[in-house]
Amino acid sequence: MKEIFHLPAHKISKLLHKREISVEGLVKSVLERIEEKEKEIRAFITIEREKILEEARELDKRFSKREELPRWAGIPIAIKDNICTQGMLTTCGSKILSNFYPPYDATVIRKIKKEGLLIIGKTNMDEFAMGSSTENSYFGPTHNPWDLRRVPGGSSGGSAAAVISGETILSLGSDTGGSIRQPASFCGVVGLKPTYGSVSRYGLVAFASSLDQIGPITKDVLDAYFLFHIIKGRDSQDSTSLPQTSLEENLKGEVKGTKIGLPKEYFTPGVDKEVKRWVEESFKVFQTLGAELIEISLPHTEFAVAAYYIIAPSEASSNLARYDGVHYGYRTVSPREKGEENPVVEMYEKTRQEGFGEEVKRRIMLGTYALSAGYFEAYYLKAQKVRTLIKRDFEEAFQTCEVILTPVSPTPPFLIGEKIKDPLKMYLSDIFTIPVNLAGLPAVSIPCGFTEEGLPIGLQLIGRPLEEVKLLQVAFAFQEATDFHKRRPL
Amino acid sequence: MARLARLKLSEEEKKIFSHQLNEILEYMEKLKTLNTENIEPTFHPLPLSNVWREDKVKKTLPQEEVLGNAPEKERGYFKVPRIIEG
Repeated sequence: MKEIFHLPAHKISKLLHKREISVEGLVKSVLERIEEKEKEIRAFITIEREKILEEARELDKRFSKREELPRWAGIPIAIKDNICTQGMLTTCGSKILSNFYPPYDATVIRKIKKEGLLIIGKTNMDEFAMGSSTENSYFGPTHNPWDLRRVPGGSSGGSAAAVISGETILSLGSDTGGSIRQPASFCGVVGLKPTYGSVSRYGLVAFASSLDQIGPITKDVLDAYFLFHIIKGRDSQDSTSLPQTSLEENLKGEVKGTKIGLPKEYFTPGVDKEVKRWVEESFKVFQTLGAELIEISLPHTEFAVAAYYIIAPSEASSNLARYDGVHYGYRTVSPREKGEENPVVEMYEKTRQEGFGEEVKRRIMLGTYALSAGYFEAYYLKAQKVRTLIKRDFEEAFQTCEVILTPVSPTPPFLIGEKIKDPLKMYLSDIFTIPVNLAGLPAVSIPCGFTEEGLPIGLQLIGRPLEEVKLLQVAFAFQEATDFHKRRPL
Repeated sequence: MARLARLKLSEEEKKIFSHQLNEILEYMEKLKTLNTENIEPTFHPLPLSNVWREDKVKKTLPQEEVLGNAPEKERGYFKVPRIIEG
C-alpha cells in the first residue's frame, strides 16, 4: 500500500485487524518516511527504531494467533519530550534534562501502552514548553513541513510536524497557553486541549501546573476523539484529575440547531486578512449545516496575555526550582571560582546558568519578580483576579451559546527567526489560545483553509467544561463538510 | 532577582534581560486599568480543596533507580560539593 503513513489511525487499525497489512509493514513505512523527511523537518529528539520494530513483530505474532487485541494495537505514536517514558530519554527540549531517563511512565503513557500503541519516538519542543515556535529547543528548531523556512508553531511543534509529514500516525502534545492548538493550526492537523483535569498530568514535566494539559495531535477529528478516550480519566496520582464520564459513542457530526458563539473581540483588525477570510468561510459551512451563529462578547480578552505571562512564569519559577544539579539532570563541570563563599550555591547557579536556555531564564526572572515581596499583590494577585474576570466572561457567554468559534492564531505560520528576538511579540501570538487555559476549558484546533502561499490556517472551537464530546461533534461536522484535513505537504 | 532564582547571568544577559523585562512589565501595566476591588482571585481552574487519598503503604521505586539519574552519588546518597570547609 502506498503512503500508508498519511492515513489516520482509525483507517489503519481496520487494515491491521483484517490482516491486510502487518504491524511491521506499517512501522517500516513510517520509519522509511522518517528516513526521507527527518533531515529537513527535525521533528524528533529521539527515534526508537529497533525497539518499535521489535514490538511490531511481537504484535504481528499475536495477530496471527488470532488473539483479541485492542482496537489501536500496533499504531505508532510520537510523544512530546516533556512526557515521561520509562527508560526512554525525556529531555523537555533542555540541556538540563539532556541525560534524563525517567524511572517511570506518565499515566498517559501507561494507558496508551495498555491499548497496544507503539511509541516511535520523542518529539522536539520549546524548552520546558516555553515558546510558540519550537525555536527555543536546545536541540535546534523544527521546520514546518509546508514551508521549511517557517516555524511549525509551538511548543508542541515536533508533534504537529511529525503528524502532518507522515513521520508518525498519532501524537501527544501538551498545552499551557496554546501549545497543542497553535502548532496544530500551523501544520494543518487537529489538536485537542482537554478540560483542565480531564487528563492526568502525572509524569508530565511541570511548567505551569494550573494551566498544563496533555492532549492528542492527530490527522483528523475521529483520531483525536478516540485518542482522547484512551488517555482521559481520574488518576489517583494526580489530585487535580477529574472523573470523565462521557462515554465513547459514534460521532455523528450533527450541528443542526447548535448555538455557536462568535466573540467580537477575536475578529479585530489585528487578524491577518487570509486568516479572517477562511475563518469567516467556516461560518457559512456551519450555517449550511443548520447551526445557529450568534455574536457574543468576551470583554476581558485583551487582558489575557498580560495575566497569563504573570501567572505562567510565576508557576514556572517555582516548578523549575527543582533543577539544581543534585537529583537528576545536568550538573555544571566548571571549576570553582575564587571569592565564591558557598560551593553548593555556586554549583546551583552555574548549573542553572549553563543548563537553561534564554527564554526559560527570562521566565524564571519574570516569575521570581512577580512573586517577590512587595510586588506580589501588584502582579501575581492582580493577574489571578483578572483571571476570574476572564473565566466569568466565558461562563456568561455559555449561557447563550454551546460552543465558541474563533481563529487559533492571528497569523499563518511565521518565518524562523522572525519573532525570536522580540519576546513580547512572540507572547502576543498566543492571544486567542491563552484565555482558554486561564479558564480551564476544552478547545480544539481544526484546519479550515490555506493561504495563497499554501500555508494552513486553523479555527478554534471552545466548549463548556468537560464537554469534549459535544465539542468534537461540532468539529466533526465541519470536517465532514470540508476536505482541508485531507491535504498533505509534499 | 537572579540571585533569588539561583541563576547566574552573564553581563550580556543582564543587559538584554533588563531591557526585555522592562518592556514586558510595561505591557503588564494594562492590568492596572481594570478595577478588581471585589473580585476573588482564581488560583486554580477547579474548585478543589484537600483531595485525600487512602493512607496506605504503597510500593516505591528501589533506591538504585531513584539514584539512577544522579550526577554524583556515593553509598546510596546524592552527593553535593563540600559545604563546610574543614
